[in-house]
This record gives sequence, C-alpha cells and structure tokens, in this order.
Amino acid sequence: MSLAVRAFPPLHPASRALRAAAAALKAEWTKFRTVAEPFWLLAGVVALTVAIGAVAGSAARCSSASCGLDPATVSFTGIYPAQAVAAVAGVLAVGNEYSTGMIKLSLTAMPRRLTWLFAKAAVVTAPVLAASALAVAGAALTGWLILPGHGFTPAHGYPSLTTGTDLRAAVGTALYLTLIALLSLGAAAAVRNSAAAIGVVLGALYLFPITAAVVSNPAIARHLDQIGPLPAGLDAQATTGISTLPLTPWQGLGVVALWTVAALLLGALALKFRDA
Amino acid sequence: MTTGAVTPQRSPFTPERDSFWHLVHAEWTKFRTVRGWVIAAGVTILAITAFAFPFCDISAGCAVSSGASGTASAGACPVQPTGPGGEPVVDAFYFLHRPLTGNGTITVQLTSLTGQVAIGPGGNGQSQMGSGLQPWSKAGIIIKEDTSQGSAYAAMMATGSNGVRMQWDYVNDRPGLPGSVSASAPRWLRLVRDGDTITGYDSAGGTHWTPVDTVTLPGLTATVQAGIFTAAPTNGNAATTTGVFQHIGLSWPGGGWTATNVGGTGPNGVGQPGTFSQSAGELTMTGGSGDIAPLTGSAGGVSVQRALLGTFFGLIPLIVVAAMFITGEYRRGLIRVSLTAAPRRGRLLAAKAVVIAAVGFVAGVVAATLALAVGTPVLARTDLAVWPVSLLTQARMIAGTGALLALAGVLAMAIAIIVRRSAPAITTAIVVIFIPYLLTVGVGPQGGGPGRGGGGGWALRATPVAAMAVQQALPKFYQVATAYPVIGGYYPLAPWAGLAVECAWAAAALALAFFLLRRRDA
Repeated sequence: MSLAVRAFPPLHPASRALRAAAAALKAEWTKFRTVAEPFWLLAGVVALTVAIGAVAGSAARCSSASCGLDPATVSFTGIYPAQAVAAVAGVLAVGNEYSTGMIKLSLTAMPRRLTWLFAKAAVVTAPVLAASALAVAGAALTGWLILPGHGFTPAHGYPSLTTGTDLRAAVGTALYLTLIALLSLGAAAAVRNSAAAIGVVLGALYLFPITAAVVSNPAIARHLDQIGPLPAGLDAQATTGISTLPLTPWQGLGVVALWTVAALLLGALALKFRDA
Repeated sequence: MTTGAVTPQRSPFTPERDSFWHLVHAEWTKFRTVRGWVIAAGVTILAITAFAFPFCDISAGCAVSSGASGTASAGACPVQPTGPGGEPVVDAFYFLHRPLTGNGTITVQLTSLTGQVAIGPGGNGQSQMGSGLQPWSKAGIIIKEDTSQGSAYAAMMATGSNGVRMQWDYVNDRPGLPGSVSASAPRWLRLVRDGDTITGYDSAGGTHWTPVDTVTLPGLTATVQAGIFTAAPTNGNAATTTGVFQHIGLSWPGGGWTATNVGGTGPNGVGQPGTFSQSAGELTMTGGSGDIAPLTGSAGGVSVQRALLGTFFGLIPLIVVAAMFITGEYRRGLIRVSLTAAPRRGRLLAAKAVVIAAVGFVAGVVAATLALAVGTPVLARTDLAVWPVSLLTQARMIAGTGALLALAGVLAMAIAIIVRRSAPAITTAIVVIFIPYLLTVGVGPQGGGPGRGGGGGWALRATPVAAMAVQQALPKFYQVATAYPVIGGYYPLAPWAGLAVECAWAAAALALAFFLLRRRDA
C-alpha cells in the first residue's frame, strides 16, 4: 500500500515573496483593526483638526485687503496638535510590538523582517490617509463656512475657497499628516521604544520652527525653515504669498518625504541587523 | 496539645520605614538606577548648554556678508554707543549747547512742540511727510557731560503725548506736568546743577516751580555742555520734531550757541541734520530722526538670555523621562509593588513628584549656569549690541530655568499618571507646552503669529510656556515706543508670574492625577 503524498509544485521565489507580503498585510491589518486604540487616535486627529480649525477661524479677523492672513493656514491650524496624534499612531504601531514583546511572535510568524515592516507601514498608511482626508475636508468645510463672515471676502482678495490652490493645500495637508505618521513609524522601529521615539519625532517637528523664529539671522532662519519637516511641510498648505516661501509647496512636501524615507530606512536597518 | 493565644508575627515597624523621605529615597533609587533615564537627564543639560554656542554667535549683518538676504554690505560695523551703565543706547539728537563749568541753572519756556512724520513713500527715495508727533517726540533742556554718544546726561522735556518728563542716563524716566504744550499752555522747564547732582523743575506759569526729581550722575566732569535739544524717535519711519523756546535763561555767562547733531548723520546718528533760527526772543529748532533712549525691543540690543534658547531642546528629554518614570511602573506592573510597599497613594505620588522636580531643577540650574557662562564670552565676540545683565538677574534666570524644568517634569509626570501610557502622555505634555508657543511665534518667514511683532497674547499668559518669562533678562521701557516681541525674548508676564502660571498647571494636573490614582485600581 502506497501512501499518496500530495505534492505542491515549487513556487517561484518572487511569487513566494508576494504571498508572504499578502499574508503579512492581512495579519497586520487584523492586528490593526481589532484594537480600539488606533481608531481613537485617528478619531482624535479628525476631531483636533476640525475643532482647532474652527476656533482659529472664529478668532481670525481680516479687516483690510492686506491683512496678510492665509485662509488655508487659518483653517488648518489644527494640524499643529493633530500631527502629534498622528505621530502617536505611527509610533505605537511599532512601539506596542516592542513594549508587549509581541515583536518576537510577529517575527517568528513572519521571518522576512523587511516584509513585516512594509506590511506595518502599508497598514498604517491607508487608515491614516483616510482619517487625514476626513480631517482636512472637515477643517476646510468649517473654514469655508466661518471665514467669509470674518472678512475673508473677495473684496479683501480672497475670491473663494474652492480654487485649485485650495485643493492643493488640502491634499498637501492630508499627505503631510500621513507622511508624519510614517516618519514616526520608522523612528519607532529605529529606537524600539515608544517614549523615546515620540520624543525624537516631536522634537524634530517642533524644534525647527521654534528655533527659526527666534534666530535673528534671516539666512539661518530660512535654512531652518527649509530643512525642518514641520515648516517645510506646512509650505504645502499655503495659498497666499507662495513666492515668498522658503520652498515651493511640493518641494516642501518632498522634504517631509525625505525625512520619512530616512526614518523608515533607519528603522529597516535596525530591524534587519539587530536582535528583536 | 494546648490551645493558647498565639501572638501573630509582626514585622518590626520602625518609624524610619514610615517616613516620607524614606519613600523619596526609594523613588530616587528607582530613578538613578535606570541608565537611560540618567542619560536623558544628561542630554537635557547638554542640549541647553550646547545651544548657547550657535545662537549667541549671530552677526548683526554688518562687516560680514549676510548671505541670502541680498543686502550683503561690506561696510564696517558702526560703533555702538553705550550708556553709563554699559547698556547699548540710541543717542542721536539736535543739540544747541554752551559749556558750563561748575554749578549753574538753565531755564526755558517751551511754547510749541510740533513734528513731522512719514505718512507714505514720496519721490526720490524720500518719505512723504505729514504733520504729527510721536508719543515720545521730545524737546527741552539737557545737561550732558559732552557731545559724544553715550555720555551721562539729565534732561527736562515736553513730549508728544506723555506730558513733561525728566529723563537721565538713558534708562530713567519720571513724569512731570501732564498735558501737551501750546502757546496758551506753555511749559517752563528748569535744570539746576550742583556738583554731580541735577534737579529738574517744571512749571506752568514760570513762577511756581515743582521739583520733578533730583538725580546724581556719578563722576560728572566739571565742565559739561548745557543747552536745548529736540529729538524725534522714529519707530522705523523718518520723523522730525520742532520746538519753539522763549525766555531762555542761563545763570552763567556764555557766548553763542554751538549746534551739534549728536552722533553725526551716520548709521547711529540722526536721520537728517537739524536746523535752528532765532527771532524776537524766540528760538525755533528742528531735529530729525533720532532719540535719547536705551536701544531696546525690536529696535535692537540683545542679552545673554539668547544663550538659554536650548531650554526648549532640554524640555523634550526631561518630559520623556518624567513620563517614563510613571509609565514604566504601569507597563511592568511595578506600580502594584510600589503601592503595596507604600499604600498611601498620595505619598507615593508626592515622593515621585519630589524626585522628578529635583532632577528637573538640578538639570536646569546646571544647564543654565553652563549656558550663561558659555554664552557671555561668545556673545561678546559678536557685532551685536549687547546689554549687560546683572548677576542678580542672572541668578534669577538660572534658578528660574531650574524651576521651569522642575514644573514641566511634574506636569509631564502627572499627565502620565492620568493617561498611564508613555507615548500619549509625552505627546500631551509636549503639545500643551510647545504648541501655544509655536502658534504665538508662527511658522515660516511670514508666520504671522502675534509673537513676531508684539506681546504674544493669551498663549504666553495662560499656558505653561508662560514660565519662559522667568528667563527674560531685559526690562521693557515704556518710554521707548517700539515693539517688544516674544521672539526677541520679551514676555507679557513678569518673571515670577509666568512661573506661577506653569505652577498652577502642574498643580492642577497633579491634583487630577492624585484623584485618579486614588480612585482607580492600579
């Protein structure tokens, strides 16, 4: 009596890698959606962006044609604290694995470490992008309702709030939030400790603009505004005075993307070459 | 087998074990034996000290090329005049004077004070002028050591909208008669010199004189220059001031007037040379664009306060450590052991607060001392107009920086007890402290935050970052009409009031933490 063994045809290595990636994505998505924390963090991003934007819009007054206020920047003021919440979401996606010891299990199940990191990043990207889009849309709508009543009228040089420039500001702001979450994810993978990672990320975000504001030499201040992720990224949400910005809006977003790539690269290196 | 009373085992309960300081010692041991936390405390010190170097070494832009701004000028820096106290001053005005040796009295009647200010751009690069006075446009009499910039002086003057004032040695000001000057309401002014003491008087009618103040100008030379002057503070725009004087009375014989534009017409001098004319007992003089005042606010002048900019950098590692001091206990379940050993939860909270406050305070004091020690010589090598800062003020800045960090640590620790997770706690603490400041100063070159040009609004009065006021080294001078921006290191609250605001936040957070710690299971 012979035992019939069902033989699987050997898979092509590329196909195997793809299957592994798909499995990792599915596993990470299950982890993500079955925990309440990410949902509340992303809800916080939306709530902060809209609420602070509404407060800033209510406080803004434009009484003349040269009041120098940018309606998009005013509407999106909530980005300042909201990006910190997005950063927390990014940091915790990886940091929780390390703080609970889950990382050992995850890497046993998915020994291709870079695939695991890629799956993590991909699983964080989609919901953060969705939440950012929702937050930015809410803030833009709030501004669109509030600002015309506060002097942001065609007579003062603000034609309407639905031009292509405004769309670019909104898209740029949503992309910025997403990039910050990914940057934080990379930083958490690099330092492997949530607390240290969030300190590093928030330092990188907030210290550049604070230093640039206080430095009296305009050349140094301009360079700090060009290399800092927060000031560079916020160039993407400007709709007035674009010619005076240290970077064009898309260049600014490019600088943030460089920071994100660098952080993810560092995270990948740490993951690849250190014991978990 | 006998059944008798069994004495239960009791641990020998010594009073020391129940003492609060025992608990503090235990918490301190927890802190100092975690290598990462000690390193982070060191990073706090290092960050604050390190930033004393680059941010003091910023050029005013003359003598060295100023890079991208496009106004690279190779001219040498003009010599910055300093007053008797070593403070940088503006000393540029139109002066009609005669030498006075020994004691003497000068008396005038001022019958008119008018002026011109720039109201818009005109032709040939000149401003279009319209009549108007600045609040601190001034004309009056002055006794000044000599006509060099920065020399000691005392003056009686009428001002644009601040009445009669007596001012001396640039930083001092006393009010005299209120109201403005006109032909129907002239002002009589008198200065009496007695050695190095000068007394100023004012009068509405010229018969009843009221002393305004008596001041001492230490080391005043025997021969001084006494006379009449006009000065037109510009606040950025061209301006002139015209005074009409009558009944000029001098107690000593003198020749004619010598006219001097103090400071010349160079970069630190007057904007345009003055003129004067005499007719029928009336002397009219007009001086342009200058002042006799401290160089302060957005007009210029920096202090060693710049060396403490790294405080923001030092706050981040301290906040991280303060939060981890709590969240580490929750993460590893150590909190249950801690609360078993010290069941009175309030005392445990207090002991942890004492430890983290002590760490923050010591780190802040050490860092600020080093930063000021490093920053002082670095600043002295720059071409900036540097204000001297008294040792007492520096001591306040150092102790205040320590208190600022201590309170920030306690605030972060309390937030950590409230949220019990490190990343959210750290984020909350950093956002609460940094975002109000960031929104105040604005982001980017055109970031129109209220801190760029002015006092800074609610954020620096009502949020923890108000405590930065404790580092303010220079006073605001109400007698100089200029902006005192937050980015220049001027804060809306007094030093200790700012610290009190942060203290209130820390206390409120600690109270909530205490409430939750008692109510919740660990």
